[in-house]
Amino acid sequence: MLTKRIIPCLDVKDGRTVKGVNFVDLRDAGDPVELAWNYSQQGADELVFLDITATHERRKTMVELVKSVARQINIPFTIGGGINEIADADALLNAGADKISINSAAVRNPALIDELAKAFGVQFVIVAVDTRRVGDQNLVHLNGGRIATEKDTFEWILEAERRGAGEILLTSMDHDGTKGGFDNVFLKRVNDAVHIPVIASGGAGSVQHFVDVFEKTNVDAALAASVFHYGEILIPDLKAILGRHQVAVRQIFN
Amino acid sequence: MIGIIRYGAGNIFSLTAALERLGIAYGMVYNEADFEQFDRFIIPGVGHAGAAMHKLQQSGLVDRIKSLQKPTLGICVGMQLLTAHSEEGDAEMLDIFPIQTKRFTDSAVYKVPHTGWNRVNQEITNPLFANIPNGSHFYFVHSYFIEFNPAYTLASTDYSTKFSASIWKDNFYAVQFHPEKSGKYGEQLLTNFSNI
Repeated sequence: MLTKRIIPCLDVKDGRTVKGVNFVDLRDAGDPVELAWNYSQQGADELVFLDITATHERRKTMVELVKSVARQINIPFTIGGGINEIADADALLNAGADKISINSAAVRNPALIDELAKAFGVQFVIVAVDTRRVGDQNLVHLNGGRIATEKDTFEWILEAERRGAGEILLTSMDHDGTKGGFDNVFLKRVNDAVHIPVIASGGAGSVQHFVDVFEKTNVDAALAASVFHYGEILIPDLKAILGRHQVAVRQIFN
Repeated sequence: MIGIIRYGAGNIFSLTAALERLGIAYGMVYNEADFEQFDRFIIPGVGHAGAAMHKLQQSGLVDRIKSLQKPTLGICVGMQLLTAHSEEGDAEMLDIFPIQTKRFTDSAVYKVPHTGWNRVNQEITNPLFANIPNGSHFYFVHSYFIEFNPAYTLASTDYSTKFSASIWKDNFYAVQFHPEKSGKYGEQLLTNFSNI
């Protein structure tokens, strides 16, 4: 059976991870490669690196980081942030990235999804969507949820699928950072409507939240950052408990 | 030493990185003369099988590949190239294995691409899977699959249907999953291939 994936997300700025990390004996908690290696050893199924660098040098820095990760990490990984055109994606693919994640650029130019899928295959293209409730609607937001658009999130996800997204990374801004659990109602609605994998993001605070998101929504993967970085949830423990709840996961026995 | 057959389809950075981690020597095969330097081969490939086959034909290496007697491993689309036909682009393939590459039927339950870690069940014992526990998880990402056929299926995986995760015939081996992204058992498989 295809297993449910657990995905730690690392924020990277100028080639270094940001946000504190204090869960293991890292020599250098800011080194994304060392952190990634630790997660892979713990049984993470996949990794997402989100580039939040704002400088012009970003692409060169990121390509070097992607190469370092690909050299040393034996699980798949995705790069997101600042990918605006085919050339950006091409450089990352050739450096060893398995997938790219596009967010704002796809909203501003939806045809980018078609172009990327055609150039590299749908399996390479994750469309990340940040959503926030406004009244009784879920609306797409940009720039980490700061900028509202008038796009209906549900409709946008269906459009992204039609255009060639291979996967949807759906972050609920209302839940993100609350540690109160994933947005299971909306995630279920989306997951039931699409025929491509859905990654749930935003709100993970406890092991039970992961159990809930898989049991209640049947999404394919769950992503989180701080609960993993701060060692509040250890991946082997999380997977053991998911397994006891009959959620199919890949167990690592070292 | 492994020769990686280069015909213009897909990036091989992760594959060569894995071989380097494992201390397995490799080089590149661009033309017929290059084949002589190596004692085994990997056919990589990602993306569209029909397009990959077209590039392979343009490379002029088709006849040489079909006549190979040394151990040869196809990975992902490189595996699909070894079959008779792919529904992706309705394309004739190398026909080393007289079996078909078909598309998954998508549904809300069985999403396509088949993305993630799935169990690989060894149908027969073979050195390619030495020291890999039966039923271990490997990383897949593909929309097309190779039909199950007991004559050629070395290992199978279930995803809406039982399909060939790995096939074997004489010196030809192939895997649908990505050993270079499948943790320590993927690395074990690459090591095994280097010792066949």
